[in-house]
Amino acid sequence: MAEIITLREAVQRFVNDGDTVALEGFTHLIPTAASHELIRQGKKDLTLVRMTPDLVYDLLIGAGCAKKLIFSWGGNPGVGSLHRLRDAVEKGWPQLLEIEEHSHADLANAYVAGASGLPFAVLRAYAGSDLPKVNPVIKSVTCPFTGEVLAAVPSVRPDVTVIHAQRADRKGNVLIQGILGVQKEAALAAKRAIVTVEEIVDDLNAPMNACVLPTWALAAVCLVPGGAHPSYAHGYSERDNRFYQDWDPIARSRESFTAWIDAFIRGTADFSEYKAKLAAQEAK
Amino acid sequence: MTYSTNEMMTVAAARRLGNGSVCFVGIGLPSKAANLARLTHAPEVVLIYESGPIGAKPSVLPLSIGDGELAETADTVVPTGEIFRYWLQGGRIDVGFLGAAQVDKYGNINTTVIGDYHKPKVRLPGAGGAPEIAGSAKKVLIILKQSHRTFVDKLAFITSVGHGEGGDHRKRLGLPGAGPVAIITDLCIMEPEAGTHEFVVTALHPGVTREQVIENTGWQIRFADQLAVTEAPTETELVALRDLEARTAAAHGQLGGEE
Repeated sequence: MAEIITLREAVQRFVNDGDTVALEGFTHLIPTAASHELIRQGKKDLTLVRMTPDLVYDLLIGAGCAKKLIFSWGGNPGVGSLHRLRDAVEKGWPQLLEIEEHSHADLANAYVAGASGLPFAVLRAYAGSDLPKVNPVIKSVTCPFTGEVLAAVPSVRPDVTVIHAQRADRKGNVLIQGILGVQKEAALAAKRAIVTVEEIVDDLNAPMNACVLPTWALAAVCLVPGGAHPSYAHGYSERDNRFYQDWDPIARSRESFTAWIDAFIRGTADFSEYKAKLAAQEAK
Repeated sequence: MTYSTNEMMTVAAARRLGNGSVCFVGIGLPSKAANLARLTHAPEVVLIYESGPIGAKPSVLPLSIGDGELAETADTVVPTGEIFRYWLQGGRIDVGFLGAAQVDKYGNINTTVIGDYHKPKVRLPGAGGAPEIAGSAKKVLIILKQSHRTFVDKLAFITSVGHGEGGDHRKRLGLPGAGPVAIITDLCIMEPEAGTHEFVVTALHPGVTREQVIENTGWQIRFADQLAVTEAPTETELVALRDLEARTAAAHGQLGGEE
C-alpha cells in the first residue's frame, strides 16, 4: 500500500545517494517538485534516467546531484539547449557527467522490459546509426525463429521512479490522464515508485480502461499541487511556455543558475513556498 | 501574393503529404508543414506524435511534442511505448517527417554532436524518435533550411540513417522502410538519384539560381537533367499558413517550437 506522506519524507526515506532514479513524464506531468526536493536534500551520485532530460534534469545536473545520465533527447523543447547539461558534458561542470545515450524507441522499450521483469528489450533499431558505436550497451540479438538481427538493450529498472499525476484517492490509487508517455512503465519497472498528485479525492471516478496505478504497486503518494510546473497537468494547469523561455538565460551561466537555485530551491522549504516566491517575483 | 523562402519551404513540404496518409511528425518544421497539409489539400491526413496522440488535429502549432491540444484533438492517446512498438515498428506509418541539424548527400541525419563525440564542439539534443522513424516509416521526408553548415560532405555523427553509404546500402542494412525520398529546403527540392541514392536537385524554388544552391551545399551538389521549378505558393496555401502562424503566436506568444 502506498503511504500518503509529504514529498520531503518520501525523498528522505526512498531515495538514497547513488540510486538510479527515473523522473518520468513526456512533456506533460513532469515531476519537477521531486527534482527540487532532491536538490534541497543534497542527494548525490544519482544515475538519472529519463527520455527527455528537460529542465527537470538540467536542474539536478547543474546542482551537482548526478554522476550519470541515461537519455534519448536532451533539449529545452521549443527553446533550444539545456545549458547545464551541455556544460556538464562539454566542460565537466559542476562535475563530470557520464552519459549513456539511446533513442526514444529504445528507452521506451527498455521501460516496457523493466516493467515486464525482463533483463533486456528487443527492437528493430539502430542499423546504420552511429549510436551503438558510442554506447556499448546497445547490442544485437539474432531471432531464433527468423534469423533477423535485432537491437538488444538493457531494461531500465530504476531504484526509484517518481511521476506526477492528476489525482489519487485516500487509499493511494492513482489516476493518470492525457499524454501518458512512459510513466506507467517507469513506475512498474522501479523498486520503489513515488507519485506526486494535484489532488487527493474520496473517489477517483476512473473510467473503465483508464490508466490507474493501484496503491499496492506504489511506495508513496504525495500531495503537491502544481508539482509539474513549468510542465502541466491536463485538466489542472497549462504548460508555462514563458518559463521554458525564461529558463534559457537563467541556465546559460553558472553564476545565474547557482543564484537561482540558491534563492528559489535551497532558499525555500518546499514546493508551495517555491511557488509563492516565484509568483511574488513574477508580480514585480 | 509575395512570400518568403521559408514559406516556400513549408508549402513545398506540405504538398508532399498525400490525403489520408499516416504521418509520424517531428516537432518544429515538420509539424508546421504536416498541419498545413491537413488544413489545405489533405484534410484526412493522420498525424501521429511520439508522445502518444494518434490523429491529432491541433488548431495551433504545438510548442512541445506533448502539448495538451495534441491530446485533446486526437482520435486516441496511447502510451509512448505503444507508439514506437505497435504503430511505427508494426509498420503502420506511411511517412516519417523529420527535421535535422545536418544532413549529407545520402540523406543521413545528424542531431547528436558537432566535432568528436567525446569532446564535442557543439552538443546537440540527440536522437529522439528519429532513428527508428528513419528506419521503419515506409518513406521519409526531410525538411531543413539549406546552408553550407547544414548540408555537409561528411557528418560528424550519423544519428538516423538515410541511404547510408549510397547504392543498395540501405537494403543491405535490412531496414524495412524505403528511407528518405525528398529533402525540402528553402531553396530547392532534392531527391535520391536512381541507383546511387545520392541526393540531387530535382526542382528549384522560383527565383533561386543553381549558384545559390551550390554555394549553400557542402558537397558537390548535382542537378537532375530534368530540372523543374517549384510551383509558387498559391494564395490558399499562404493564407492557411499565415493564419496558422498567427493563431500559434496568439496562443503561445511565440512561433511553433523546434524539436
